[in-house]
Amino acid sequence: MYVYNDFDEAFVRERAAQFRAQVERRIDGSLTEDEFRPLRLMNGLYLQLHAYMLRVAIPYGTLNPSQMRQLAYIADRWDKGYGHWTTRQNIQYNWPVLKDVPDMLDALAEVGMHAIQTSGNTIRNVTADHFAGAAADEIEDPRPVAELLRQWSTDHPEFQFLPRKFKIAITGSPNDRAVTKAHDIGLRMVRSDAGEPGFEVIVGGGLGRTPMIGKVIRDFLPKADLLPYCEAIVSVYNVLGRRDNKYKARIKITVFENGLENFAELVEARYAEIRPAFTGVDLDILKAIEAQFAPPSFRDAPSAGYEAAHLANPAFRSWADTNLAAHKAEGYAIVSISIKKHGATPGDATSHQMRVMADLAEKYGHGELRLSHEQNVILPHVHKSDLPALYQALREADLATANIGLISDIIACPGMDYCALATARSIPIAQEIAVRFDELKLEHEIGPLKIKISGCINACGHHHVGHIGILGLDRAGVENYQVTLGGDGTEEAVIGEKTGPGFSAEEILPAIERIVLAYLDLRTSPEETFLETFRRLGMEPFKAVLYPEEKADAA
Amino acid sequence: MSRAFTPKVVTANRLLEGDNVWLTEDDRWSPDMAEAELIADEAHATIRLLFAQGQRNTVVGVYLIDAKEGRNGPEPVHFREAFRTRGPSNYAHGKQVEL
Ligand code: SF4
Repeated sequence: MYVYNDFDEAFVRERAAQFRAQVERRIDGSLTEDEFRPLRLMNGLYLQLHAYMLRVAIPYGTLNPSQMRQLAYIADRWDKGYGHWTTRQNIQYNWPVLKDVPDMLDALAEVGMHAIQTSGNTIRNVTADHFAGAAADEIEDPRPVAELLRQWSTDHPEFQFLPRKFKIAITGSPNDRAVTKAHDIGLRMVRSDAGEPGFEVIVGGGLGRTPMIGKVIRDFLPKADLLPYCEAIVSVYNVLGRRDNKYKARIKITVFENGLENFAELVEARYAEIRPAFTGVDLDILKAIEAQFAPPSFRDAPSAGYEAAHLANPAFRSWADTNLAAHKAEGYAIVSISIKKHGATPGDATSHQMRVMADLAEKYGHGELRLSHEQNVILPHVHKSDLPALYQALREADLATANIGLISDIIACPGMDYCALATARSIPIAQEIAVRFDELKLEHEIGPLKIKISGCINACGHHHVGHIGILGLDRAGVENYQVTLGGDGTEEAVIGEKTGPGFSAEEILPAIERIVLAYLDLRTSPEETFLETFRRLGMEPFKAVLYPEEKADAA
Repeated sequence: MSRAFTPKVVTANRLLEGDNVWLTEDDRWSPDMAEAELIADEAHATIRLLFAQGQRNTVVGVYLIDAKEGRNGPEPVHFREAFRTRGPSNYAHGKQVEL
């Protein structure tokens, strides 16, 4: 994976030193809060519901073991011994105190990490397919391009004060695991007719208050043109984006209001203007980055131990069948470590668990870790013969929950347990649902089902693209949960449809249970997934179980 | 016609710790909302808010919230403010264990 060069290294250290001086000046009173606030936000420091919160970027979700150990160290030394993985491949610390934050940033800089541009109206952490570099269906590892985008966007002088925040996601596989269609720019690798790899460029997607599925602005963009083309998009948005109204400032609204065609024309014009300035330096840099992402030297070994354990141990079998994904290398598997133990907080890992995962990555995973936008941790390269031992070690650290992609593998944003913007809580709802379906012992029978929960309209929990989406609202001073069905975050992205009136905190779990039990009744066979059943039958049968009294009234 | 004034307290976050505090009658910032000054009068609320906003190197994010008289002192009206007096529901962290 990419290792910081001297320039990166000096840059993050300098920024940490600057921030240390800024904190000092805030504490001694020479900076007012109005002056300090934008400075702390530029360094990922928020003031939340109960405390400060530090958001640390994990570029394209890739970590090495020493970085993971450092995250654990920071959690122990300056926080409460855990961290929260977010849907944007960041980690959040919920309890830092102001004077410690410069030390935390120094500790991050030691392992080539930082919290820069995790806030503010800038280009945020570039997210990527968490199976990048490993997935069997992948055309090419998208992370070199993601790293190039990171370098280009970090401190880019033209793009520090965009109309609003700007999010880019990238995938190297035709099967989109990075929700590219819900990003300001989505990049999906495809092949040209000639077989050359390039990108389908998607623009103007986003969730939040006005959810929109991104639109394809270029069917095929050669890799060599990627940087100037992205620069052209951001540049046009920077000029056209609405700075008069925060709620209309995202690029999705710019594209919507100007029309895709007009917007695309402007992008092409800008592109023609700036393309000549890209003389190939970017491609030289990309080449050098690509070399750093060379795949590990995969072992050629028999996987007999795996098959035997799979047959002999039902618990292992259940975990393997649920948490493994197909790897491109013979004899290897991609391991998803569930950070969604039933009843635990989705995406929270203790410092001990972080260290165990770091050790296991070193021992069995070619020293690589990933973080998924679904708030789980991935060991992308594990030889199948190592899986039984790995599984055993995960069990000992309480990390062997076999639920990836199932109903208890819930995305939940921090909601009103931590977030100052929240209108209701998300975490307890996720906990209740996971515990309930574990009690019912139904989740494997239910099969693939993605529940996503947000604690407000900002949709950090991606509820719009959940098969079942839950949005927490404040209805006249009481928590209320609105349900959407049929959302999909893949390459066929769909925004879920509202079922009708929301449910109270007490009613939401029974409502979800009714939806899921109805699905079990309605599906044509166990092979028909929840999403397929919903697409076949639409909303009506689910409405009927959700709102039986209305039906009775109408009769 | 303007809406009738409902009782309020002044709240904020401490600059250094970031935790929630409430303004008391004797101009302290207390981590315990029950110690806060319950303000029944609109003009007085404005004065207290201005006073609080002047404490720029002690607290940040000052605002007025609705409160009601409880057994031990002012209590929150809205659930958000109730959470702010306790801490998160997923762990025993924050005020629920620190006070
Ligand atoms: S969706 Fe709302 S409540 Fe949840 S983390 Fe985002 S801003 Fe906070």
